[in-house]
Amino acid sequence: MSAEIELYIHIPFCIRKCNYCDFLSFPAGEETRKRYMKALFTELKGRSGECGEYEVSSVFIGGGTPSVLEPDTVEELFRTIRESYRLHPEAEITLECNPATADREKLKRYRRAGINRLSVGLQSASGEELKTLGRIHTFGQFLETYSLVREAGFTNVNVDIMSALPGQSISSYEKTLRAVLHLKPMPEHISAYSLIVEEGTPFYRMKEQGTLFLPDEEEERLMYYRTKVLLAQAGYRRYEISNYALPGYECRHNKGYWTRKEYLGFGIGAASLYREARFVNSSDMDAYIEAPMAARSAPEPLSAREQMEETMFLGLRLMDGVTEEAFKAGFGCGLMDVYAPVIARNQADGLLLYRDGRLWLTEKGIDLSNYVLAQFLL
Amino acid sequence: MSAVDQSRIRNFCIVAHIDHGKSTLADRIIEKTGLLTSREMQDQVLDNMELERERGITIKAQAVRAIYKARDGEEYILNMIDTPGHVDFNYEVSRSLAACDGAILVVDAAQGIEAQTLANVYLALDHDLEVFPVINKIDLPSAQPERVMEEIEDVIGLEAHDAPLISAKNGINIEEVLEQIVKKIPAPKGSPENPLQALIFDSVYDSYKGVIIFCRIMEGRVRKGTMIRMMATGAKQEVVEVGYFGAGQFIPCEELSAGMVGYITASIKNLRETSVGDTVTDDARPCAAPLPGYKKVQSMVFCGMYPADGAKYPDLRDALEKLKLNDASLQYEPETSVALGFGFRCGFLGLLHLEIIQERLEREYNLDLVTTAPSVIYKVHKTNGEVIDLTNPTNMPDPSEIEYMEEPVVSAEIMVTSEYIGSIMELCQERRGRYLGMEYIEASRALLKYELPLNEIIYDFFDALKSRSRGYASFDYDLKGYEQAKLVKLDILINREEVDALSFIVHADSAYERGRKMCEKLKDEIPRHLFEIPIQAAIGGKIIARETVKAMRKDVLAKCYGGDITRKKKLLEKQKEGKKRMRQIGSVEVPQKAFMSVLKLDDKK
Repeated sequence: MSAEIELYIHIPFCIRKCNYCDFLSFPAGEETRKRYMKALFTELKGRSGECGEYEVSSVFIGGGTPSVLEPDTVEELFRTIRESYRLHPEAEITLECNPATADREKLKRYRRAGINRLSVGLQSASGEELKTLGRIHTFGQFLETYSLVREAGFTNVNVDIMSALPGQSISSYEKTLRAVLHLKPMPEHISAYSLIVEEGTPFYRMKEQGTLFLPDEEEERLMYYRTKVLLAQAGYRRYEISNYALPGYECRHNKGYWTRKEYLGFGIGAASLYREARFVNSSDMDAYIEAPMAARSAPEPLSAREQMEETMFLGLRLMDGVTEEAFKAGFGCGLMDVYAPVIARNQADGLLLYRDGRLWLTEKGIDLSNYVLAQFLL
Repeated sequence: MSAVDQSRIRNFCIVAHIDHGKSTLADRIIEKTGLLTSREMQDQVLDNMELERERGITIKAQAVRAIYKARDGEEYILNMIDTPGHVDFNYEVSRSLAACDGAILVVDAAQGIEAQTLANVYLALDHDLEVFPVINKIDLPSAQPERVMEEIEDVIGLEAHDAPLISAKNGINIEEVLEQIVKKIPAPKGSPENPLQALIFDSVYDSYKGVIIFCRIMEGRVRKGTMIRMMATGAKQEVVEVGYFGAGQFIPCEELSAGMVGYITASIKNLRETSVGDTVTDDARPCAAPLPGYKKVQSMVFCGMYPADGAKYPDLRDALEKLKLNDASLQYEPETSVALGFGFRCGFLGLLHLEIIQERLEREYNLDLVTTAPSVIYKVHKTNGEVIDLTNPTNMPDPSEIEYMEEPVVSAEIMVTSEYIGSIMELCQERRGRYLGMEYIEASRALLKYELPLNEIIYDFFDALKSRSRGYASFDYDLKGYEQAKLVKLDILINREEVDALSFIVHADSAYERGRKMCEKLKDEIPRHLFEIPIQAAIGGKIIARETVKAMRKDVLAKCYGGDITRKKKLLEKQKEGKKRMRQIGSVEVPQKAFMSVLKLDDKK
């Protein structure tokens, strides 16, 4: 069996930037989009040598709003990938899709091109909250897109929702949760985030000015617990801090990030982990279009210490945690050899559990995960 | 250069209220005398400490020598000694004055006489200096030189009708100041043939030359090879070099003789051997008596200073030792705190002095410091008849052993324009002031006299004074003595553990208010922990205020995907780094700056 690698493809375009978004994304004209995609294809082809012995186990097309892409472009993208890489026949291939950007025809052709998983950004079922967020769609439009997605034959669908939104109450959040669970069929996967107000976003500016009214800590925690309870009742298993799935539908691509699988990122701002080094493409659009193969930063090799730290602070995000076995396979020593005092201290505080060769965060540990994870930095 | 004609020497200083332009005038004098060309002039040549320039105030007295060719055709040596203007540094001013024969009084043409103008001019007159006034800032639209002249004559009694009207900033009429220096300030007296008698008015430490003594030769002469003796400390050393002061540099010369101002180096390594105010004499042929006026400086404000990193304790000790040489008024002795480890109890002339020392330690010596709440010296009369001087609240005896306590009281003079008299009186009232009287200097300005407890003015009195008078009030004070007062020790408990470094002594009537503010402040400073942390203020075991730092509920990053990993790691690293800057008190981690925050209790009015 040959080694596996994941591909991430960044589409930095959207119709309009949301008020909370700090991703590398912006509205762009037809011409820019074309030139960008051309550069992207050049990069994909140019890098194929790096994946000679690797088999591609997943592809994730993220953004921005990748669903603004015309079906022709997506088809060409997959032609390029298939020509240059060994794509596993059962590879998980995800595309992020926003309501009101995809019609029946488009979705069908996406599916034919090879996409087998769609991630749909709903965020909220309340019209008012959607407006506050600066989303371009209504809840009705989401419902329409969702049924088109199912009609097009997608059987692995994620829906993104958000809690702790400005002006959001516990009951309005619960309405969103219930609305998602009432979808027929229910989404196979749900990502439920609580809002992070990132620097440089309109929300950040509002917060600075004191005009952003966020739920208090208590309400936020209640929303969080409601998510867990309602989704568990509906049969979802929480497998990562903010991710829930029906059995068998965990997102393989994202799990790769948390278990430190190798991945290559394409397009502006895309990051990679390859041969125990991290690097990232420049976010300069013009430079990328000019010379896509020159966009990559110098690889920063990770020391054994950094690899251990990453293994812990990424791995513990997963509810299954980190196993003694995996740690030993990677580093030749046991978890306890390196982290015994940290583990003991956090066990005593009720934040971690260590049992049967496995270490994971408790419920309280999840709530305070930064506090716990920071202690795993050596 | 060895035979200097005494009649061509003028030793003088400049006195003024803060911000009336003393340092600027000093710069212009240096410029005009051609010691430096205009191009070489940096603003404020005399203030060569980085900190002085930033704060725009003169901290250390320094000297410079300039050559001036007067209208009478003769060349004069002008030795100018710069003095600090702030009330905290009165002793330094007094030492500088003793080295001079005359003083220029600078008065702002718009502001007129201020509290420190009076204080400094009286100090100069006390030293028998010839004082002549100069009216500065005549270029300001609000300048009223006529009125100020009258004020000087009426209030101080100095002849002012021929005072030079100048703008030091714009270099207007500086020539006239130089002429008056030559004409009005007497040449020094004293004979080179008498036994050596020199006044130390400052000293600095140089890592190559050792201690450099700044002195005024009153009688006799000193040169390389002279065996000198410090009369107060008894230390003896052979002189290695003598010289005078260029702007910002030392220029060696053959000999210093009676009337001259200059420096002496003598391989003095022990910093304690040269006390400012002491008299230097020739060991082989000593003078009959030391010069008058030497006094051991008395610190008024005390606080604990601790290195943030305990391992830096020896560095702090060395730094204090070096600073002490440049600053005779700094006092320190080792102490230990349960919360903060090894450090020093340091004594200062006032709060500004404290802040300056703290900043210099941090800047010039790269030390990260934790400072405890400032305190004054209390006299504790115990029931067994013993009286102790208390500089550290931690050492306060049990209340049952105390018969009564006394606190230092100052006589304060506050000059204020009439519209703010009410609000300033109110402020003094709040600070337990006792009204002594009021005099009108002129129709719209009054001098308020109060007695105030020192511990009420060491925190933020200056700031409050300025803000309540829109900057128009000025202030000067003198230690008057001790008075009995109802004082209590306020303790702070974090998670039910008493934190010695946060204890302080306060008047019983304001204990509740201060305790409450302190708890509020600490609540904001202490980060959340896994458990709830009570913060309490207590007097003798009785809790008088409480706040609670709630337990940490949530500290989680919702998202972490491929592109984010490096960024998220940085976030975690920052979090880990933050923990290092904490002090462990029991099971609670307290940030270093929490200890300092108690200094600024009244800042959010």
